[in-house]
Amino acid sequence: MLSFQKWRRSESAQGLFLISPTLGFALLLLAVPLIMVAALSFWTQDYLTLDRTFTTANYVTAWTEPMYQYLMARSLKISIFVTAATVFLAYPVAYFISFHVAPKRKAMWIFLITIPFWTSYLMRIFLWKVILGYNGVINGSLTGLGIIDEPLSFILYNQNAVVLTLAHAWVPFAILPIFVALERVDRSLIEAAEDLGDSGLRRFLRVTLPLSMPGVIAATIIVFIPTIGDYVTPRLVGGPNGLMISNMIELQFKKANNAPLGAALAISAMGIVTFFALAFLWLNRRYVRGPS
Amino acid sequence: MTQPIIRLSGLDKFYGDFQALSQINLDIKTGEFFSLLGPSGCGKTTLLRSIAGFETSSAGSLHIDGQSMDGVPANKRPTNMVFQSYAIFPHMSVAENVAYGLKARKLPKVEIKARVAEAIDMVGLQGFDERASHALSGGQRQRVALARALVLKPRVLLLDEPLSALDKKLREQMQSELRRLQRAVGITFVLVTHDQEEALTMSDRIAVMFDGKIEQVASPQILYGKPSTRKVAAFIGMMNFLDAKIMTTSGDNVEVEVQSLGKLTLPLKQATGGLDGCNSVGVRPEMLTILMGSQTSEREIEAEVTEVSYYGDMTYYDVKLPAKEDPITVSMRNTAGRKVLEVGAKARVGWSTSSLLLLK
Repeated sequence: MLSFQKWRRSESAQGLFLISPTLGFALLLLAVPLIMVAALSFWTQDYLTLDRTFTTANYVTAWTEPMYQYLMARSLKISIFVTAATVFLAYPVAYFISFHVAPKRKAMWIFLITIPFWTSYLMRIFLWKVILGYNGVINGSLTGLGIIDEPLSFILYNQNAVVLTLAHAWVPFAILPIFVALERVDRSLIEAAEDLGDSGLRRFLRVTLPLSMPGVIAATIIVFIPTIGDYVTPRLVGGPNGLMISNMIELQFKKANNAPLGAALAISAMGIVTFFALAFLWLNRRYVRGPS
Repeated sequence: MTQPIIRLSGLDKFYGDFQALSQINLDIKTGEFFSLLGPSGCGKTTLLRSIAGFETSSAGSLHIDGQSMDGVPANKRPTNMVFQSYAIFPHMSVAENVAYGLKARKLPKVEIKARVAEAIDMVGLQGFDERASHALSGGQRQRVALARALVLKPRVLLLDEPLSALDKKLREQMQSELRRLQRAVGITFVLVTHDQEEALTMSDRIAVMFDGKIEQVASPQILYGKPSTRKVAAFIGMMNFLDAKIMTTSGDNVEVEVQSLGKLTLPLKQATGGLDGCNSVGVRPEMLTILMGSQTSEREIEAEVTEVSYYGDMTYYDVKLPAKEDPITVSMRNTAGRKVLEVGAKARVGWSTSSLLLLK
């Protein structure tokens, strides 16, 4: 009894009490479902019931069936394109805010970047459909101007549309970590590089860019991980050729009535994401060599 | 007369309405150790950064080695800088830091390697080549910054308060080392500092700055011994001031009425900044003596000790003179047999007319 009271007053116990609501929430809504999915992936669907004998057959199917391999590869490809486009678009914006906006206006600029979030993501996807559609803004203007006779079909319901829509959605998330990293670059280092004879471009390549790499890598992780499993965007603007692995997982759980295979696909996708995330973290460690 | 390495004429610098530099005229000689000294906010760093090319002046001109620096960016100027924070590149090793400027000049690899090794040797960092920069102490970072700048063999090395981040002992060691280094390489050094002792011990010449203006440019001895204004006298070392009023001038002499000391005749050359507007007399604490027993002096005055500060080798007395409210300071060396007086004791303060300076 006494030792319990002593424990209650200890620092670790107080810390545990402090985070207990969040911890409970996370356990209930994150860990438990995850464990259930993991367990499910080792079972077999038997029409309406589940056969609970342990099997790895679902994983064998998930990794050997060409269709699943193909969808996984496509998800990876789309995600890499989205990440590359997002980071390339975000860097100049973050650089501009960090280096060319007056210090007291920076907060306002960051605030302005969040404006797209004021409308729901679904609304923004539908807006892209309006812009890219067969009778949409782009095709309408181009035919109206007489530049094209037939509306362009390659801009909606394919992978390009998925990349475009996702990149637009994720740019703000990439701007923030890059901005923070650029803010942390000691300006006297850039002056030192100039003093030692480097021109503007070479200063950027030799000092600013390497020192902001942690932000770039953080942005890459932040964009790459969620987009690889994105479900709603490919569903709405992807068309038949733009579908990704998450759409297949949904199909298995619902129409195909094969939840265990869906679970195996989901766990496999998670594994691949984990692999990439760890690779990025390793890269990050290379750039953050110690306190500066 | 050789050409000055740096010539500033009529330099002005405004930040909005604030004038950071006003009418700076200054020649810095080739090969000298020059210091810009002044309290914080006096514009000394702005002046140094203007020479480096990080600030553009609002008016006036800057010539380095006879060439106008108008429109020449920092990376094209024959100057290199040691930054206050040292600005060591955190993502590079010591050797990579030192090689930075040589690589910018696209020199052959073999030459870069040789010159880096030489520079690292020169600042005493042998064996630290591959050390990551975050694993260096303050003094080592300072040496890296020096090597990185000196390896480029600049015409002028600019140093922005390079010693202010170091502790007292290391600072004193680096002071003499910087001096030695400057003599060895023969490059003109321009040092910014707010520490008058540092400026006095290291420099060939010093420019004292207040409020964006240069108050006096002189050698350390002249600056200390013959300050041209009361401001400079008060900033450099300790100085006692007494109110004074000029009565008449005759030939090479001037007759003044000095607070507590009475009517005196002083040679005109003791008005170091000119006679116009002089309203006080300055005297250094070490120029005054507390007379013991039968000791005599050219002049003496009765005073009362109000404060005693004992420093071991020296004792500083605050003494109150008749007809002067604030006490003045007298410093005495604690030689053998000299007794330290107590607060409240009567003392005879000895002085001479030749140690008085007429200041405005």
